[in-house]
Amino acid sequence: MKRTVAVAAFVAGLGAAGARRVLSRAVGAEDVPNRWLTVTVNCPPESLAEGGRPEPLARLEPIAEIRITPAPGGRGTELAARLREPGPTGPVARATGDDPRQKVRSALREAKSLIETGEVMRPDAPPTTRSTPGGKLVELATRRAGGEGRL
Amino acid sequence: MKALVWEGVNKLAVERVPDPEIRNDQDVIVKVTASTTCGSDLHLIGGYVPAMRAGDVIGHEFVGEVVEVGPGVRHRKVGERVVVCSFVGCGRCWYCANDLWSLCDNSNTNAGITQAMWGYEPGAVFGYSHAMGGLRGSHAEYVRVPFADYGAFPIPEGVDETSALFASDSVPTGWMGADLGGVGPGDVVAVWGCGAVGQMAARAAVLLGAEKVIAIDRIPERLAMARDVIGVETIDYTTTDVGAELRERTGGRGPDVCVEAVGMEAHTTGPEQLYDQAKTRLRMQTDRPAAVREAIYACRKGGSVFVLGVFGGVVDKFPLGALMNKGLTLRAAQMHGQRYIPMLLDRIAKGEISTRHLVTHEMPLDEAPRAYDLFKNKKDGCVRAVIRPAA
Ligand SMILES: NC(=O)c1ccc[n+]([C@@H]2O[C@H](COP(=O)([O-])OP(=O)(O)OC[C@H]3O[C@@H](n4cnc5c(N)ncnc54)[C@H](O)[C@@H]3O)[C@@H](O)[C@H]2O)c1
Ligand SMILES: [Zn+2]
Ligand SMILES: [Zn+2]
Repeated sequence: MKRTVAVAAFVAGLGAAGARRVLSRAVGAEDVPNRWLTVTVNCPPESLAEGGRPEPLARLEPIAEIRITPAPGGRGTELAARLREPGPTGPVARATGDDPRQKVRSALREAKSLIETGEVMRPDAPPTTRSTPGGKLVELATRRAGGEGRL
Repeated sequence: MKALVWEGVNKLAVERVPDPEIRNDQDVIVKVTASTTCGSDLHLIGGYVPAMRAGDVIGHEFVGEVVEVGPGVRHRKVGERVVVCSFVGCGRCWYCANDLWSLCDNSNTNAGITQAMWGYEPGAVFGYSHAMGGLRGSHAEYVRVPFADYGAFPIPEGVDETSALFASDSVPTGWMGADLGGVGPGDVVAVWGCGAVGQMAARAAVLLGAEKVIAIDRIPERLAMARDVIGVETIDYTTTDVGAELRERTGGRGPDVCVEAVGMEAHTTGPEQLYDQAKTRLRMQTDRPAAVREAIYACRKGGSVFVLGVFGGVVDKFPLGALMNKGLTLRAAQMHGQRYIPMLLDRIAKGEISTRHLVTHEMPLDEAPRAYDLFKNKKDGCVRAVIRPAA
């Protein structure tokens, strides 16, 4: 079984409904235009007070509103951001990297990691030593992965 | 440097790859002295794990010597002998702080992929696909270890390197299955699979006070190890009706805790195997869950089932009715190694857990593809083949 086939098998294995859900989750459009995207940071709300925010958040401020709320039950602080202008979204914008939500997701993840650990983990470089067609697809997926997924 | 790379499904080769470098202040570089095959690698080599790229360095269960430390590292020092946890945890996110280390929020730089697959992403693991973080693996001369203060543990005096090696992955994995499966004094515990992980789960159950532990497999050498080294009862599932045998040996109740240490390529006898193979070939399921099904049927009412075996996608004929109506607790996890490793190294030092018998084969890095031929095909009694890059 070829690797690309294995990936297809994974999606096919989900069955039609599951696959549709996964694909729409992975590349699909939003149900509500311009949702808040949010992460919970393991820190007290003071660590996210205006003025002392880490660089990735400061970078976001011109394009997004930022909301800070204490998480319930000692789970830290909820950090949310919402684009001022929704901008393009959907599969094409996401694949080409033109969906501004990707910037928001990356910035939220980076800010969280900086506050919690003092650094943002970088992947090994180069990611691999070979270039193959299947590998190119994975490369595209990983290039976008920091700004993709669900928040 | 030289490393064992995945070239495609069932194709491995030793190649030259760039030396790792410190990429974050909290990284160290470890010179690998021993790195072993793990059952999880088989799923990846066989193409069951998506997001592998040709040229990826594999391997995640290893020990070595710290040769370089980043400026943000506080505790690890050059020259220390360390055993490194296979999963990378930052130590400070909510999950790490709550001892759920394999769920770390900050170690998987490709979070988007597994969020799309599973809803949320687990943390990163060495040498285990770009979906799981894309870190280079340990079947190499050197490896970069991120968040090293949390994941690299000094090997105590009195513990030899080969014994410590398995504290990297299989010992804490097995321990977690018994511990989070809820094993306590007086319990009867059944363990599916007598690879290193299953054997270590069985040993953990004994040490946690189980009255009777029964390990299940088909490979005679492995069953013999479970009996003679681990000190538990065994069942050969190819010659025995596992459910009937477990009922007989548990006064009709069924085991209190069932630990599954087989994973997505489970083998069975009879029609179930044909059914699962056909379904996977037709792409109607990704994983073959025979041992999980059997554990759920066999478990006593109100008992618990812990899934240690790795699964990737969806399965068919999952006995949800049995789970629900018998009031079972089902739990699973990738290993939260950092939670257990220091305690386990102590137990290894005291002789409570022995691991050296798992090493059935040893070889230099150049011969690493042979290690997987032996291990995958269970040839020559192979349980763990240890690769020694520095040899
Ligand atoms: N949860 C974790 O963090 C973690 C860590 C390490 C390994 N694992 C997983 O644990 C599993 C076992 O790992 P290992 O290194 O011991 O692998 P292994 O391949 O050495 O052992 C698996 C054993 O299962 C046996 N087996 C197959 N079908 C069976 C069945 N129906 N009933 C009983 N036994 C059966 C095989 O004969 C074999 O001995 C793998 O799926 C691996 O991916 C999980
Ligand atoms: Zn492993
Ligand atoms: Zn963490």
